[in-house]
Amino acid sequence: MDDFLLRALAAGVGVALVAGPFGSFVIWRRMAYFGDTLAHASLLGVALGFALHLNPAAGVLAICAGVALLLLALQRRKRLPGDAILGILSHGALSLGLVTVAFLETLRVDLISYLFGDVLAVTRGDLLWIYGGGITALAALFALWKPLLAMTVHEDLARVEGVRVDLIQSAFVLLLAVVVALLMKVVGMLLITALLIIPAAAARRFARSPEAMAVAAALLGCVAVGGGLWGSLRWDTPAGPSVVVAAAALFAMSEAVPARRRG
Amino acid sequence: MPKMEDPGRPLLFLRGVTVNLGATRVLDNVDLAVAAGEIVTLIGPNGAGKTTLLRVALGLLQPESGEMRLEPKLRIGYMPQRLAVDPALPLTVRRFLSMAAPEAGDRVENALARVGAPRTLHTPIQSISGGEMQRVLLARALLRDPELLVLDEPSQGVDLAGQEELFALITGIRDERGCGVLMVSHDLHLVMSSTDRVVCLNRTICCTGAPLAVSSDPAYLRLFPTSLPGFALYAHRHDNGDTCSTGDRHDG
Repeated sequence: MDDFLLRALAAGVGVALVAGPFGSFVIWRRMAYFGDTLAHASLLGVALGFALHLNPAAGVLAICAGVALLLLALQRRKRLPGDAILGILSHGALSLGLVTVAFLETLRVDLISYLFGDVLAVTRGDLLWIYGGGITALAALFALWKPLLAMTVHEDLARVEGVRVDLIQSAFVLLLAVVVALLMKVVGMLLITALLIIPAAAARRFARSPEAMAVAAALLGCVAVGGGLWGSLRWDTPAGPSVVVAAAALFAMSEAVPARRRG
Repeated sequence: MPKMEDPGRPLLFLRGVTVNLGATRVLDNVDLAVAAGEIVTLIGPNGAGKTTLLRVALGLLQPESGEMRLEPKLRIGYMPQRLAVDPALPLTVRRFLSMAAPEAGDRVENALARVGAPRTLHTPIQSISGGEMQRVLLARALLRDPELLVLDEPSQGVDLAGQEELFALITGIRDERGCGVLMVSHDLHLVMSSTDRVVCLNRTICCTGAPLAVSSDPAYLRLFPTSLPGFALYAHRHDNGDTCSTGDRHDG
């Protein structure tokens, strides 16, 4: 196998392992659109990173973290419905990103690779960032697991039982910003939410506990990455979308599995 | 039945609590106290501020003004009005209950048996009935080993026979543990026999006292015109507690 292919596989498996557990929480907390908003904002991060001669990943991380905290603050104020706030920030940030890109000659050329990812061009440096960032994000999620799960089940009950809900929630959305920045490289900003939620949704049918669902989602994500990259080589299709197609196929198959008596 | 006729230390004490939500005043100068071993029931029409007052007592809502004192390190068991767990979250009743305490172990099974729902242990929480859900929520509150139980409409979604059982259960738990109980109900007659003191709330406190006394209080009858004093067949003891002061109810 070629070097670039091994790197692509390693990158894909790395992000799939992180996306599974985070994607499970995104589904449980009904944050799919929240994740999408962070993903849309990431293009602005890339553009700013270029404009300021920073690493694009650092730009994405900074912008996503900022947007995540802004979203939380606006949602807590409750002057507008949550989905309206998400719509404003999501499309506002995306358009601002596209306008900024228009000013940057070099970026304009490979806009497509930022929209849909370019996993076959992953470098050793990217891998280091994916694994370093991924392990950090997973370790932090592990530490937050219990209180985060408790507040996902019932926020007020968790608060009465001593969970510091606001703190945990802020920590979680910041970690989600890290995950979005990691996924961006592999599937591109338009498909980040897909890699977060589709493997987790496919895992639901096979899981009897939250932890089992998170692990199953990570494994199904790896299968989707393998299948997608294989299909991409076989039929010369774009890698990122092929991975998502493979994940969607897994989801369809999971739905076709006959229901258990209780589950 | 060993009842604490002489309520002990006050666990929870609120004075002059006022809450605005937006431009609306939902609570106006409300006083409330719950002692150990005492069952206090908040009643009032829809939108009277019952749940809001509960949220203040639980520390979930900061009042505009007013004084609040809690017994230091008070352990509170809270039973929310409803629990809707997303169907995408695989969660058995056992797992849900073990979230209440890190070293829950057999205590989960004991608590579930105590509330009369032992068979739900391994059932996904999304597929138990309304009545079972109320019992499971009560079990979760018990697992906190509470000194104060705060119950928001505990009989919601439970049929009439089940309601009587549930209130008997709550009274029994109070007798065993000597904990204080603060609960919300929409119907005085339901809780008549299982409460020591009734606080009738409609933005402000209209009247308060022993259930039988409240049921014939003019302020109560103004709020619940269809209630007739003679209807109170469930009451099994006659308190000579304080009569309720006819409220300084501002028209609302």
